[in-house]
Amino acid sequence: MAFLSYLISGLGLGSVYAIIALGYSMVYGIAKMLNFAHGDVIMVGAYVSFFAMTVAGVPFAVSVPAAVLVCTLLGMTVERLAYKPLRQASSLAVLITAIGVSYFLQNGAQLLWGSDTKIYPTILPGAVSLFGGQLSVSYLTIVTILTCILIMVCLMLFINKTRTGKAMRACSEDKGAATLMGINVNKIISITFAIGSGLAAIAAVLLCATYPSVYPTLGSMPGIRAFTAAVFGGIGSIPGAFLGGLLLGVIETFAKAYISTQLSDAIVFAVLIIVLLIKPTGLLGHKISEKV
Amino acid sequence: MLKVENLVVKYGMIEAIKGISFEVNDGEIVTLIGSNGAGKTTTMQTISGLLKPASGSVLLDGVDLTKTAPHKIVPMGLAQVPEGRRVFAQQTVAENLELGAYCRRDKEGIRADMENVYELFPRLRERKNQLAGTLSGGEQQMLAMARALMAKPKIMLMDEPSMGLSPLLVKEIFRIIEDINRQGTTVLLVEQNAKMALAIADRAYVLETGKIILEGTGAELAASEQVRKAYLGG
Repeated sequence: MAFLSYLISGLGLGSVYAIIALGYSMVYGIAKMLNFAHGDVIMVGAYVSFFAMTVAGVPFAVSVPAAVLVCTLLGMTVERLAYKPLRQASSLAVLITAIGVSYFLQNGAQLLWGSDTKIYPTILPGAVSLFGGQLSVSYLTIVTILTCILIMVCLMLFINKTRTGKAMRACSEDKGAATLMGINVNKIISITFAIGSGLAAIAAVLLCATYPSVYPTLGSMPGIRAFTAAVFGGIGSIPGAFLGGLLLGVIETFAKAYISTQLSDAIVFAVLIIVLLIKPTGLLGHKISEKV
Repeated sequence: MLKVENLVVKYGMIEAIKGISFEVNDGEIVTLIGSNGAGKTTTMQTISGLLKPASGSVLLDGVDLTKTAPHKIVPMGLAQVPEGRRVFAQQTVAENLELGAYCRRDKEGIRADMENVYELFPRLRERKNQLAGTLSGGEQQMLAMARALMAKPKIMLMDEPSMGLSPLLVKEIFRIIEDINRQGTTVLLVEQNAKMALAIADRAYVLETGKIILEGTGAELAASEQVRKAYLGG
């Protein structure tokens, strides 16, 4: 029963990683850049929903769309101001810029809201009791997992069925050819950042509901873990980010429960290294083979 | 229809196109021939907006394309079949064709044109649910042409459509280019295969290291001593 309980909490944690990893992976797939500031967008989302509830006094359900809106605009603004001018620059220049944006957001948050840890209000307390009380699953974990699945399904439908989604896939393969179809590549990149950042806000509230502390570097660790998850699943692949996130959450939880809390990160990265040695493109990533 | 005037294109300090002028009239097949590195692909990419020229203009029905955002050029009636085909390998044949019609909103018209291109390229109908990356080189070329047709262009730019294909397929591709032209689409064709290109062209230009050195009808150039020596193997 303990096993099942660890598995479920691992899936809950993994769901949050998966939602963040989706943002990383989509942006990488389309803009071909690692947006290292993605984790800090989560932090901004956390502060927005925190202040919406504590200062503005709105209910949790209203604070979520507020956080999504602010993060979406933030993501688009960052892309427009920091990354778009570097479209023709080397990938190293873009990477360094992304790290710069990350520090900018962290220090901006510290300046605006202070470096002290704020306690996020308790959301959705309580748990369901199963098997005559032997297994208890919190409502929050259930909501987190369901949210992740819902996001995944919506995103797949969007990518595969809508006109904009198909244009996104075209851009991820060949931006020049996409332009020749009449696709506005800049607009597609902007939409991708908007979606990724909106998802980061959702991840932020789920994360803070589980680990209720809000501070300026809050996004760093989940950001790095989610980046790992995206690479694990195959960066650029949406189902890959989903699978990578869930697996990472489960592996981390099992490692903490059965092996060692201190070594859990080392174990997670050891698994990543082994996977990449066997399959360098990640679990669901595929190498593009070109025929001439 | 298309008028290129004093076009200069630079890659950094290097002038790849050194002030060329040419035009394509309604209903014509015009070809630009020249050896590797003459600037053919650069010219094509500048017309379709992927490259910005240092100076000069590209007029499509009087509108300067060099001042137009690249994604707005397709709806103006210009489609390009790029060098190396550049089909979307991870999407199906049908999805590639839909992307060709990205700028159009007339669902009925798109469906009818899809039917037309399948008539023109029966192989694509057989493979419509297959990923484009799994097609043979010849089939990918057909897909790239079909995809451009889906934009319902007034003028179609084709960059080296015969590259890397077997002689039999090359003949097939050129027959289809003539078909497309007969159905009312103006064609600007860039080719290394000068013999085939001159045979179907109304008019032709010879491009050498960024300059136009000769022009005339297809037949005139095919008969010219200079062209025969340099491009037709004696």
